[in-house]
Amino acid sequence: MKKLSARRRHPLAALVVLLFALAATGGLYAALAPAPKAQADDSAQSLAITQGKKLYSVGCATCHGTSGQGSTDGPSLVGVGSAAVDFQVGTGRMPAQQPGAQIPKKKNIYTQAQIDQLAAYIASLGPGPVVPTKDQYSPAGADAAKGGELFRTNCSQCHNFVGRGGALTDGKFAPSLKGVDPKHVYEAMQTGPQNMPSFPDTTMPQDAKADIIAYLHEVDSSSSPNPGGFTLGTIGPVSEGLFAWVFGLGAMIAIAVWMAARTSKAKKS
Amino acid sequence: MSDETGSHNDVSENLPSAHGGHSGDVVKPDPFANPGLPPHEYRRQDIDEKAAKHSERVVAGLFGLSMLGTIGFIACFVIFPVDKIVYIFPFGHVSALNFSLGLTLAVALLGIGVGAVHWARTLMSDEEIVDERHRADADDELRENIRQQWITGARESGFGRRKLIRTTMYGAMALVPLAGVVLLRDLGPLPEDKLRHTLWSKGKVLINSNTNRPLRPEDVAVGSLTFAQPEGLQESDEDFQQQIAKAALMIVRLKPEDIKDKQEADWGHQGIVAFSKICTHVGCPISLYEQQTHHVLCPCHQSTFDLSDGARVIFGPAGHPLPQLRISVNGDGNLVALGDFAVPVGPAFWER
Amino acid sequence: MSTTTESPSRRQATHPGERIAEWTDGRLGLYKLAKSNLRKIFPDHWSFMLGEVCLYSFVILILTGVYLTLFFHPSMSEVVYHGPYAPLQGVRMSDAYASTMHISFEVRGGLLVRQIHHWAALIFIAGMIVHMMRVFFTGGFRKPREINWLFGWTLLFLGMFTGFTGYSLPDDLLSGTGVRFMEGAILSTPLIGTYLSMFLFGGEFPGHDFVSRFYSVHILLLPGLMAGLLTAHLILIFYHKHTQFPGAGKTEKNVVGTPLLPIYTAKAGGFFFLVFGVISAIAAMVTINPIWTMGPYRPDQVSTGAQPDWYMGFSEGLIRVMPGWEIRAWGHTLVLGVFIPLMIFPLVLMAIAVYPFVESWITGDKREHHILDRPRNRPVRTGFGVAWLTLYFVLLIGGGNDIWATHFHLSINAITWFVRIGFFVLPVLTYWITKRICLGLQRRDRDKVLHGRETGIIKRLPHGEFIEVHEPLSQQQLHVLTAHAQPRPIDLGPEFDENGVARKTSPVAKLQARMSRNFYGENSAIPKPTAEEFEEITAGHGHH
Repeated sequence: MKKLSARRRHPLAALVVLLFALAATGGLYAALAPAPKAQADDSAQSLAITQGKKLYSVGCATCHGTSGQGSTDGPSLVGVGSAAVDFQVGTGRMPAQQPGAQIPKKKNIYTQAQIDQLAAYIASLGPGPVVPTKDQYSPAGADAAKGGELFRTNCSQCHNFVGRGGALTDGKFAPSLKGVDPKHVYEAMQTGPQNMPSFPDTTMPQDAKADIIAYLHEVDSSSSPNPGGFTLGTIGPVSEGLFAWVFGLGAMIAIAVWMAARTSKAKKS
Repeated sequence: MSDETGSHNDVSENLPSAHGGHSGDVVKPDPFANPGLPPHEYRRQDIDEKAAKHSERVVAGLFGLSMLGTIGFIACFVIFPVDKIVYIFPFGHVSALNFSLGLTLAVALLGIGVGAVHWARTLMSDEEIVDERHRADADDELRENIRQQWITGARESGFGRRKLIRTTMYGAMALVPLAGVVLLRDLGPLPEDKLRHTLWSKGKVLINSNTNRPLRPEDVAVGSLTFAQPEGLQESDEDFQQQIAKAALMIVRLKPEDIKDKQEADWGHQGIVAFSKICTHVGCPISLYEQQTHHVLCPCHQSTFDLSDGARVIFGPAGHPLPQLRISVNGDGNLVALGDFAVPVGPAFWER
Repeated sequence: MSTTTESPSRRQATHPGERIAEWTDGRLGLYKLAKSNLRKIFPDHWSFMLGEVCLYSFVILILTGVYLTLFFHPSMSEVVYHGPYAPLQGVRMSDAYASTMHISFEVRGGLLVRQIHHWAALIFIAGMIVHMMRVFFTGGFRKPREINWLFGWTLLFLGMFTGFTGYSLPDDLLSGTGVRFMEGAILSTPLIGTYLSMFLFGGEFPGHDFVSRFYSVHILLLPGLMAGLLTAHLILIFYHKHTQFPGAGKTEKNVVGTPLLPIYTAKAGGFFFLVFGVISAIAAMVTINPIWTMGPYRPDQVSTGAQPDWYMGFSEGLIRVMPGWEIRAWGHTLVLGVFIPLMIFPLVLMAIAVYPFVESWITGDKREHHILDRPRNRPVRTGFGVAWLTLYFVLLIGGGNDIWATHFHLSINAITWFVRIGFFVLPVLTYWITKRICLGLQRRDRDKVLHGRETGIIKRLPHGEFIEVHEPLSQQQLHVLTAHAQPRPIDLGPEFDENGVARKTSPVAKLQARMSRNFYGENSAIPKPTAEEFEEITAGHGHH
């Protein structure tokens, strides 16, 4: 790993990464694309790009320009890479319903194959981060405790200590990470979608990203234990205080009312 | 506000009638007089022994339930291992021990509580009793008595007459607590210039907090966020917490044309700028960086700084910009500091 | 009231319990103490038990707190975690944090006790606020109870700091951020800020001392003071005898209720178990302060949603909404952006603390009061109380502005501005509205007394007119609705005396008279029905 990161600084590294990226995208496409058309890899790749461009013209070109150069309504997509497309479209953020400070996630309307075609097209515009492979983002074998430390240094300031999200300026927010596909978490760190800064491999290596995903899996998946009971959202003392007032003190007052109420008198019945 | 228009005799139904046939003929001295304590009414339990027996059984049942609760508590303590996690709807995957111990304890306590209150409510006499109050202050005779005692005592002490004694006593009493104050001196060192300096100095390499390796300019992409600490600082160091509390660094890269502040651009390296991670308001590690707006928000009190404009405060309670660290690149191609921060990092203070 | 008769031949004690009592009496005068207390009368009303919620929570806090000290290490020496909680294994942390992890994950029942302790703390202080507001709105603080009001207020004030020091002990990322805030706040003190900070933390923040120092403050100093004040508070309640609401048979000179033995003992004793039981159930089912999710404190790490526990929320709000004012001159910095809220924080609490004295000065009322006011009959006081609560809750909103922003999809900046403006505007607005509502309710009381209760039954008279049947009130209701006094405001007399010379009136007296007019004048009271009015309407058959 160390050797690899040292070599990454070589001037030719970008080219190698690009080649890898293309190969990876193509490979992924080949793996996922419908089988009947048995074609050679490169033609599959060019077909994906053609298909992707068609999808792009329909869903994206209004804001991002006819060839991804960007416009007043949307940034340039040259060099954002396939990972950015996979994240933005895969989580339903793109295509956006309307331009704005923050595009929230919504139901994804594309199939994974279509997303891959779009990604292939965008990747063909310029080199950029590549969709990660499963062994890159799989939490298996990663160090959750290390991930926790990285998470508290790099992520929790916006996303809360177990990834429940938090507020940013002027109505923007860092979304909750609960139930987010590890692949998308990985891609978000790689590409820095919207106002989130990116954490590229050069400053946060792949295994560190996997550690973070492992930590999130440990503390915020549906099977994560919460030994103390109901969590109240794990958002800190505000919900605890509300609970203490409404249910704690509420119960005490209900009991006090019962204790002080008159016992029914014999005459009444 | 009484503006009925009815002029019929029957309209008296529309009015509260006077009590006990007083209406009209006798003028009552005070119609709102305190009627006195109403007569005591009996509960079913007071007159029906069957009902009382039923209450007795309920109370005994509740006390019995409490006993079961305590036995259950002990049983759960023994049965469940401390690390056993069970799924209980709707609470989630909870500790079996915590859940069972808490609920059995609640049953044990609530059994006693509900039993005692039910006992009091249904079986003990509920007849209200009247007690007299007494004024707190003394009558004139006692007051005069005490006054005389006080005057006698004061005269015998000579306190008012012997001024020298009085003055020196006040002086002694005022001075003696100083001994205690002086003892507090060694609670901590004097501030001196401790808050002015950090570990950063000329030539110190910026170490990436994630990888513990030197940070190089080409590592830092536009729109990325990186945290750095000075070389040589180890988590295992005795004073790591004190040092990182001042030296923590936030590195971002802006497009050079986006930087509005000339000094900021000069103090950075090709658009890479290093700011203190410690908020200038009260010292929270600030780092909620929005890469499109270049704003950074503090999660504690929402001070907002514009990293493209010398980390100027644009919102919130912080009073001055985040200090910037002057950086450059050394011969090995690593980012290095060109000195310490020019101003103290973190919260403002009097001597700042 | 029980009486002891001195019998010439003393009856021999037979029951062992009685013999113990005799033995104690011979040494401590137990029977004389019991004489006026064993059948002490306590009025029965649910709102009179709010104080007990606090008392019992305090007892629970002491019990569980002592247990926690058996396992907690108040030390900041660094250890590497090797306990059962996987996501922290191998992480460096303070011994304080590690031992709290040990209590939570390895001590059987430790997590439960921790959660009971923390929930009891939140409920303790919430109970104190509600109890205080009950006393406030009913005028229970008036003579002779002003000192007990101050004792209670001091308990609230100390309770907040006991809570804060306790919350800081585990040295987790959330509480450490709170301590960091405290350090920043101390630094803002003019002249001596840096010295105070160095002395409190034993050097630079965070140092290695604050946990052990907070520990002795949290488990010894503050609870000791509170236990003393609590005892005094209870003794004074016994001494003054409890207040009561106006009602049949209740006067300023008596107290009506049930005796300490047996009813009150059973109810109050039972209530302890009920409070403890409810808190246990909550602690069984609901997580509080899950420190394992937060990680150990490091000054360069933070989580969003960094909040103090709720009782510090209003001070957090003050800090968050304050503009960042800083004055730099002659080489010094005056950190007003932090120091002003730091000073307003005690002032907010002081405002309610000194209210009893202000009110008695304004009204010139030096009488004893044992019958409680109905809040509507004192519109100015009720309005002030609501305004104070409004301020408190507006600041609470400010203290949680990031949480409200994310949960209600609002802009954090907009909430902050709302609080900045609301801080000044909303208390005035709610004061005015509350006063209006009180006057409206007074009018309704007056109508009810004079015309009876509206029954909702419509009757048609023989000549065709429809009237609503009003049911006359019972004597008790008539009494309750008219029992309150309506004093006249202080009158300074004419501005010029009979010779036309301007009378000398001190500005203070003028202010007092003005405030008194505000408090008791015609804008604050609907004249209650007089006996004559009542007689005229009720006696009148067709000529009113």
